[in-house]
Amino acid sequence: MTGLEDLYREIILDHYRSPRNRGELPAPPAQRVEGFNPLCGDEVVVYVRVQDGAVTDIRFAGQGCSISQSSASLMSSAVKGKTVAEARSLIRTFKAMMSVHEARLGDGPDGTGSSNGSGDEGPDTVAPDPESLGELAALQGVVKFPVRIKCATLSWNTLAQGLDEAEESATPA
Amino acid sequence: MTVTNPRVDPKGASTVRTDPCTPVVDFSKLKADFPLLSRTVHGHRVVYLDSAASSQHPQCVLDAMDHYYQTTHANVHRGVYTLAEEADRLYDAARVAVGRFIGAPDPEHEVIFTKNATESINLVAATWARSNLGRGDVVLLTDMEHHANIVPWLMLAEELGIELRWIGIDEEYRLDLSDLDRLLDGVKLVGCTTMSNVLGTITPFARIAEAAHRAGALVLADGAQSVPHLPTDVGRLGCDFLAFSAHKMLGPTGIGVLWGRRELLEEMPPFMGGGGMIRDVRHDGFTPNVLPWKFEAGTPPIAEAVGLAAAVAYLEELGLDAVRAHEVELTAYAQSIFAERFGDDLRIFGPPGTAERGGVLSLAYRDIHPHDLAQVLDQAGVCVRAGHHCAKPLMRRMGVNATARASVYVYNDESDVDVLADAIAEAGTLFA
Repeated sequence: MTGLEDLYREIILDHYRSPRNRGELPAPPAQRVEGFNPLCGDEVVVYVRVQDGAVTDIRFAGQGCSISQSSASLMSSAVKGKTVAEARSLIRTFKAMMSVHEARLGDGPDGTGSSNGSGDEGPDTVAPDPESLGELAALQGVVKFPVRIKCATLSWNTLAQGLDEAEESATPA
Repeated sequence: MTVTNPRVDPKGASTVRTDPCTPVVDFSKLKADFPLLSRTVHGHRVVYLDSAASSQHPQCVLDAMDHYYQTTHANVHRGVYTLAEEADRLYDAARVAVGRFIGAPDPEHEVIFTKNATESINLVAATWARSNLGRGDVVLLTDMEHHANIVPWLMLAEELGIELRWIGIDEEYRLDLSDLDRLLDGVKLVGCTTMSNVLGTITPFARIAEAAHRAGALVLADGAQSVPHLPTDVGRLGCDFLAFSAHKMLGPTGIGVLWGRRELLEEMPPFMGGGGMIRDVRHDGFTPNVLPWKFEAGTPPIAEAVGLAAAVAYLEELGLDAVRAHEVELTAYAQSIFAERFGDDLRIFGPPGTAERGGVLSLAYRDIHPHDLAQVLDQAGVCVRAGHHCAKPLMRRMGVNATARASVYVYNDESDVDVLADAIAEAGTLFA
């Protein structure tokens, strides 16, 4: 359908139909973090296992729309096996893609939809390097649909919280 | 742009009178009365199917408000000059018009203007309930309530220690009244919707009210969904309070109504404090004003009241029986088209019979998420709501996180249902 190709790219539909890393991990030792989108009732649960500063395993559960589910699937594939620092960098890049493009879109009727609850996109966000995003670039089109940005960022915010908690629990008291 | 002959007492419904006593409404011509419906979205004409959330406005409502602002505006109850007197008269006339619309026996005293139905319910919770309920007193609600008729009572449960009980639903999405008398035991207030905003279920409100009164309880009706669509008579409903919003009945946002029985309203303490709601103010106290002003602190929504009165006039000209018949017809058409085109792939939550439901159709199509469905529909110009519809306890009971909800009103016709069905089919193709 015209107009929707930017949103529902084939990669997105593929990850929605055949999600990667869907499931659960025993927690502990994994971190289990829940994320909610109160607007639409979507929920995601991210299980992330951090060992020696690296994301050694990741799963996600929950229910939601094609954007939130495919974004979670793409995210899990992208960060698995990466160091925590690399995963954090990817989260920043992904969220920058969601906000930079939105800012470039200007003040549409839904132009206020930039807040995704985490409030960590500073004015210093830089345009992401598409090369570094790989398959994730398929989610770029979401920014043209501001209401759906929260769907795309839900699992990423949840992962960020999971990494924080993993590092906190790894720090000796 | 010219505005010709704007009237304070607007008539504008496209009625064709074949007999002076029985106006026959041609609903297929009504779209022309609603300017917004002529716009396009993504290259398609707007097919507005979200009236359960908020309805559109006929030109006569917009004209009435414009005319008020252009010729009459002044604050009410405070001036002796002509403009203020005219504003007063319009505001009072709106109150009476709205009261008559719902069969209020004493509109001048019993119709309170609020911000919306939510504020009306909060008014009852903050004044009647706070001064009549205490720890252990029971408020009986239903699983079909909108958050507006849940959260104020949850707040009182926290504040006062009142207890909440719930009337459940059966498998066909009706209220389960099999245990009503036991549930009513010791109840002080029943809060019940007259029509579910998710399921469309028209509740057997009068029966519940009668049982509640026998048990010594008062009854509050959340009429936000039914007042715009069904003939309403507070006496026949048997309610003690009725809450509804103007913006769901062709009127503007920013104004709602609380109707209450006069003797109850007289006894209740004021709601908010400020100008207008007082008789006298001293350094050490105040004397509240009489009804209805006791509950209307500050400058009220005057232009909105004028707009609401125009909406009421428009609906009365159509006739609520005709509105209801039109929506029953359209709902039945949608049910048959959906069954024919989608079979078991499309599920409508709510009672199957059109006699016991309004034109609210909560849909699930295959396993397509309601957000995705609504997104594809938007691309075809179709406006439906996707989400939990401010009724999360009900959604949990239904076992879903969200539905896509299409809701019809006076300006919808079969072509809108056809466009909706085509767009649903496109979503099916995209997510196949």
